[in-house]
Amino acid sequence: MAAQSSTDLLERTKSAQGGAVAARRPASVGASVARFVQGMWRPFAVLVAIFVAWWAVTAANLIEPYLVPSPSRTLDVILSQSGYFAHNTWITAYETILGFAIAIVVGVVSAVVMVYSPTVEKSLYPLLLFAQVIPKIAIAPLFVVWLGFGLTPKIVVAVLMAFFPIVISTVTGLKSIDPEMLQLSATMGAGPGQTFWKIRFPASLPHLFAGLKVAATMAVTGAVVGEFVGANEGLGYVILQANGNLDTPMLFAGLLIMSLLGVVLFVLVELIEYFVLPWHASRRTDAATTSL
Amino acid sequence: MTSMMAGNTTTQRPADATTTGAAVEIDDVAVRFRTKKKDVTALTDVSLRIEPGEFVSIVGASGCGKSTLLKLVSGLLRPSSGQVRLHGEDVRGPRRDIGYVFQRAALLDWRTARRNILLQAEIRRIPKAQARERADELIAMTGLTGFEDAYPNELSGGMQQRVALCRALLHRPPVLLMDEPFGALDALTREQMNIELRRIWRETGTTVLLVTHSIAEAVYLANRVVVMTPRPGTVAELIDVDLPAERDYGQTMSEPAFARATGRIRDLLGATTTAE
Repeated sequence: MAAQSSTDLLERTKSAQGGAVAARRPASVGASVARFVQGMWRPFAVLVAIFVAWWAVTAANLIEPYLVPSPSRTLDVILSQSGYFAHNTWITAYETILGFAIAIVVGVVSAVVMVYSPTVEKSLYPLLLFAQVIPKIAIAPLFVVWLGFGLTPKIVVAVLMAFFPIVISTVTGLKSIDPEMLQLSATMGAGPGQTFWKIRFPASLPHLFAGLKVAATMAVTGAVVGEFVGANEGLGYVILQANGNLDTPMLFAGLLIMSLLGVVLFVLVELIEYFVLPWHASRRTDAATTSL
Repeated sequence: MTSMMAGNTTTQRPADATTTGAAVEIDDVAVRFRTKKKDVTALTDVSLRIEPGEFVSIVGASGCGKSTLLKLVSGLLRPSSGQVRLHGEDVRGPRRDIGYVFQRAALLDWRTARRNILLQAEIRRIPKAQARERADELIAMTGLTGFEDAYPNELSGGMQQRVALCRALLHRPPVLLMDEPFGALDALTREQMNIELRRIWRETGTTVLLVTHSIAEAVYLANRVVVMTPRPGTVAELIDVDLPAERDYGQTMSEPAFARATGRIRDLLGATTTAE
């Protein structure tokens, strides 16, 4: 910091902040959605490039069509059997979103309990790690045995996959609070509830959202893993069937929709973060790091 | 009975010499921290009496327990022995009738300057209209006008500290505790903040305890300076600052009384560090 009079500093902050404050408070929700979408043209361009490459490779007959079908064949399959895909996508989406939602509730609540009780944390943490280390694909058949062929075992696997990153990030977030802030709230006479809702919980949100983004993609994986071990509907089932019949266009169609499902869920979480944490998102754009 | 007394002390009273008249009384206090390997004595034999409306600075080498002293007064820390009284009331547990300013502003990133100041009112459940009026008054007094709606990351260090000061003053605390509030600021901003703090203190009449590493800051701002010895910390000397109430910054620096006080403090701090 070069020496300069504080009034000068004051002026500088004022002018520097003028723009930032104006940008911070957009005129409408539509305008900020537009800004969010605007930031996504680059990854979209990359996606288009990949499709073009895929199309070029298949059009030039570099690879046998039964190994890699062309984009148009894949799209044909999706369009000609749109009802079939819509139903199975809905099943997987339902399992994923329900699993994700349960994981958020259970994850956040157990993180809060662990942060406030060292005894619970010490006894629960190793157990959590143990549950995380077991490969989900290995225990998924057990859930089928216990819970049958319905949607429940898939939701359970999705919860198990998504739960861990949420707990870890929430615990980290709740612990990252400035101790002086807690002392300050004590001298204000704040009760535990006030300290939690006004200070601790909002301060943990950036960490929580980082965990949610990881968890969102994990939940999709969890649902599909659950479908792999025993299902008669869902995208996992579609892929398994197509694989058994060596039906690569169908396989590719399933994969395409599945990845799209993961991306949509991820973007949804990011969009919510953008609106819930404008103070944090603005800092990220300063550092020019947009994850999508 | 005790609550009535706390109510009375919020109104300004002339300093009188009765036992209950003091704003802060520290009576033969010692603080010992127990660590794995050894017991550390942070403070020992500390006695201090601060009258209402006084501005007292505390200086001393790093780790001599200056911040610990403020934590005792606020009730965030209990003494191992001895007694701390605020307006004649024993301090047991965090006190609500103080304002606290730390070296770091400790602002909430998601709240604008004004809403950071109003946190104090929300937690204390001060009526909204009343709190807003008081916040506006403080914003004007500390020169934050025009920055009310800025977020902390848009404010300079000096501005953030002004917000922290407003937050600490919102509920008109009879005692304001400041723990190296300007330690992280550059020299010129710091001088500016000193001048403003002196003015704000004279306007509010609050009792202030200021911990600082700057001898000039301690003398310019205070009526009395507490010089502390290195660990275990105790009061080496109380120095009365013989300067007029109206203090122009530049002029004060060249006063003989200013030179006498700073010289004496420097001697004490130098002597105590070489003696170690």
